Amino acid sequence: MLKFLLEKEFKQMFRNSFLPRMILFMPVMMLVIMPWAANQEIKNIKLSVVDNDHSTYSQRLVNKVIASGYFILEDVSSSNSEALRSIESGKADIILEIEPEFEKNLMSTGLAEVMISANAVNGTKGGLGSGYLSAILADFTDDIATDLGLNTGSGITPGIEIVPHNLYNTFMDYKVFMVPALVVMLLTMIAGFLPALNIVGEKEAGTIEQMNVTPVRRITFILGKLIPYWIIGFVILSICFVLAALLYGITPVGNLLTIYMYASVYILVVSGLGLVVSNYSDTMQQAMFVMFFFMLILILLSGLFTPVTSMPEWAQFIAKINPLSYFIQVMRSVYLKGSGISQLLPQLTALSLFALAFNVWAVMSYRKNG
Amino acid sequence: MDDVVIRADGLTKKFGDFTAVDHITFEVGKGEIFGFLGANGAGKTTAMRMLCGLSHPTSGSGTVAGYDISKDQEKIKANIGYMSQKFSLYEDLKVWENMRLFGGIYGMKESDIKEKTDRILENLGFSGERDTLVRDLPLGWKQKLAFSVSIFHSPKIVFLDEPTGGVDPKTRRQFWEMIYKAVHDGITVFVTTHYMDEAEYCDRVSIMVDGRIEALDSPKNLKQQTCSQTMDEVFQKFARKATRSAD
Amino acid sequence: MKQFLAFVKKEFLHIFRDTRTMLILLGMPIVQIILFGFAITTEVKDIRFAVYDLSRDQTTRQITQRLAANRYFTLVANIDRPGQVDELMKSGKVSMVVVFDSDFNANMLHTGEAAVQLIVDATDPNQATTMTNYATGIITQYQQELSAGSGMGTAMMINAQTRMLYNPQMEGAYNFVPGVMGLILMLICAMMTSIAIVREKERGSMEVLLASPVRPIFIIIAKAVPYFILSVVNLITILLLSVFVLKVPVAGSLTLIFLGSFLFILVALLLGLLISNLVQTQVAAMLASGMGLMMPTMLLSGMMFPVESMPPILQWISAVMPARWYIEMIKKLMIQGVDGIYVMKEFAILALMVAVLLVVSLRTFKKRLE
Repeated sequence: MLKFLLEKEFKQMFRNSFLPRMILFMPVMMLVIMPWAANQEIKNIKLSVVDNDHSTYSQRLVNKVIASGYFILEDVSSSNSEALRSIESGKADIILEIEPEFEKNLMSTGLAEVMISANAVNGTKGGLGSGYLSAILADFTDDIATDLGLNTGSGITPGIEIVPHNLYNTFMDYKVFMVPALVVMLLTMIAGFLPALNIVGEKEAGTIEQMNVTPVRRITFILGKLIPYWIIGFVILSICFVLAALLYGITPVGNLLTIYMYASVYILVVSGLGLVVSNYSDTMQQAMFVMFFFMLILILLSGLFTPVTSMPEWAQFIAKINPLSYFIQVMRSVYLKGSGISQLLPQLTALSLFALAFNVWAVMSYRKNG
Repeated sequence: MDDVVIRADGLTKKFGDFTAVDHITFEVGKGEIFGFLGANGAGKTTAMRMLCGLSHPTSGSGTVAGYDISKDQEKIKANIGYMSQKFSLYEDLKVWENMRLFGGIYGMKESDIKEKTDRILENLGFSGERDTLVRDLPLGWKQKLAFSVSIFHSPKIVFLDEPTGGVDPKTRRQFWEMIYKAVHDGITVFVTTHYMDEAEYCDRVSIMVDGRIEALDSPKNLKQQTCSQTMDEVFQKFARKATRSAD
Repeated sequence: MKQFLAFVKKEFLHIFRDTRTMLILLGMPIVQIILFGFAITTEVKDIRFAVYDLSRDQTTRQITQRLAANRYFTLVANIDRPGQVDELMKSGKVSMVVVFDSDFNANMLHTGEAAVQLIVDATDPNQATTMTNYATGIITQYQQELSAGSGMGTAMMINAQTRMLYNPQMEGAYNFVPGVMGLILMLICAMMTSIAIVREKERGSMEVLLASPVRPIFIIIAKAVPYFILSVVNLITILLLSVFVLKVPVAGSLTLIFLGSFLFILVALLLGLLISNLVQTQVAAMLASGMGLMMPTMLLSGMMFPVESMPPILQWISAVMPARWYIEMIKKLMIQGVDGIYVMKEFAILALMVAVLLVVSLRTFKKRLE
């Protein structure tokens, strides 16, 4: 019986002009564009300089700031209020104001002042921007001290040398971090939304009625819906692996089979959730909104964009009951750290439980008679 | 009576405080064409859905093909065919694919499905449309196809809900020829309609008004009892009592 | 006019009858505000670390204590063989391991070259940088205190006075609130409207409506009115929530905020109409508005990721996203509290978009009628 249902689902899928194209097109779009956009790095900060000193040193400081590569000199203002207007109109993000007697103070007392005013509407950007500037200032004083021979011989005792050592993502490339997680997001959306629209689509078309009056078993019917999306999920995953390797040279450090194994469970989780939503919905519009609502929460609280450890307790709790966060952990661990199943057993247990729960629920909530 | 294939006893369906079907009682014998008449909203479809195992009765009991409609719904489904009011075959599948799908679901063998598809399409003069997508068929042909699919697995009983709604008189006549042929093959037909001329084709008819069965007999007897010339007149006389408006 | 009102009433009934969708539409902004306001933060808060101490002397113990006492760090384990580093990292139990060289104290005092290695999980580059910075800061401070004790000071210093404009606490919510506004309005106006119209098309009831004596354009307007009103309700909800729950002040003129929002709603409604003219099925409408509008709005509008860090092509794409200009305008008006003249550019761009979309959607709509 299942064979006939599967035949039907696949025929419908391929006869739809839209779906097969989307299944191929989406991964390409996602992997070509998203890694470039989903980038938390802060670069190209627009700088406005108010130099009240106009000395050699103040000029040298400005040059050093620009040479750092983080900043673009947007304008040189003559007064603080003028620079503020640049910020208000969005032309500048940060102001560096150098005090009038900058060079003189630095030479005579060894202590000079500057003022940094950052547009902190985006807190991360404001914070990092002023952080970069402070670091450059420290560097600058070091340079000058060395030039003047103040540092030689004195040697700071007691000295500690701090050696940072970045594991797994040695070049600190944001794309390496994002790509595996974006694959999860894509898989979630396709393997979640399509089943959510499927059963309710049959309700709207009326075809479900003809199905319900047959002796088809509920579990058979649900399997007939589930298996096609399971296969689509694998196709998408494979396309993503190839694209990630071709476009960005990102390949998993760990075993690809580990990922396929976890994915085989994970797709069942999201497709099961989709079918549950579909069973409870009366219209496709409704199914879509309910899905959209849950997806948004699940994606935002999964650690995909921001770390779970930074979230408040209640949000961390939601992350614990969020299948996405487990699969994202798996993807990132296998891709970047080369973790194996033995290190990811809790995730396997959690995902299996989710898969079981959602699919049992999907079978139970499919009612052949109301 | 061994020959009874459908039996309803005080069958009732309530939605909240609205009683859609109100204690209906009747029997249908094997090989009969049983007409279920009533205005829109009289409760015909609700009653039929209970008999088909698509809906639970609120109270009362019934059997279809010897199975209890409250307990053995899935067993009933294996023994009946159903054609709903709204066309409900897969529009994005081809004609033969719909037949294959439903044949398969009812557990028919591949070879039987092939053989039967060929035979039915030939009888219908449909062989040329075998590979046509259902959505591209004209309405009358869709209805005929839906009927063919509903009896494809040779059920004991077939339930037809307004099968000829919206089709032209010529197609309706052809449709009834198909029904007679099914009866000839031993299938009991339970049909709802609001076309009174079609009521004349039935062996017995029941007239439903506001969820209750107001009359039940052969068309000939009903006309005699009410001194009417046509079934339409018969129906008008009973339906006048209706308080419920169509939806 | 009477007929028009009857149509509007009919559309309202459609929406109100579907309580589930209604709840989601009204609840979505609340959930988003809470998520973005409280849960989504890139701030690094809970760094779990392990110590691999080869020296085990007074200094290393003190540094370890300093780190463990800091509110950002939690000491999870003391390890004694190198293999454990990999194990702890791969299972995700710690994200940093501090390794002290042998003879740390002795080296520090005599050669001035005691080495401490910070092994960080650089899977997430931003997190890694922040972790390294925090740890470096703590160790440097410890070192400075030791130096001060030994009578050595820094020779030269520039004192930077830092001001965080508009958002002194650098709250993430300040950045997200305008983004949520853009996202919600886009969702309701564009996505809902397009699906609602396409649904009537799918069911064939559109033809019936178009055959009525009411002019087609009024039918479309009637469909848009309820969504317009819903958007305004949501807009007010978001503003109230952000002021009273997130404590994000509305610094600028409310009139201007509403004017700008209306302009943006108009753009979104027209986009919805355009999509509904171009596609045939609800699924297609959903995917087109979801993938074509929602995703780009979330990713390219500067709501989650800084536009400046994107490659130029994406910046150009971002420039045609209405939400980008809307969000920018709201940031300026609401949080920076600037005068009207500073948002002229954004107003002008949105107005231009309205004009272009009006022509295009009306043309495609007419074409469909023919």
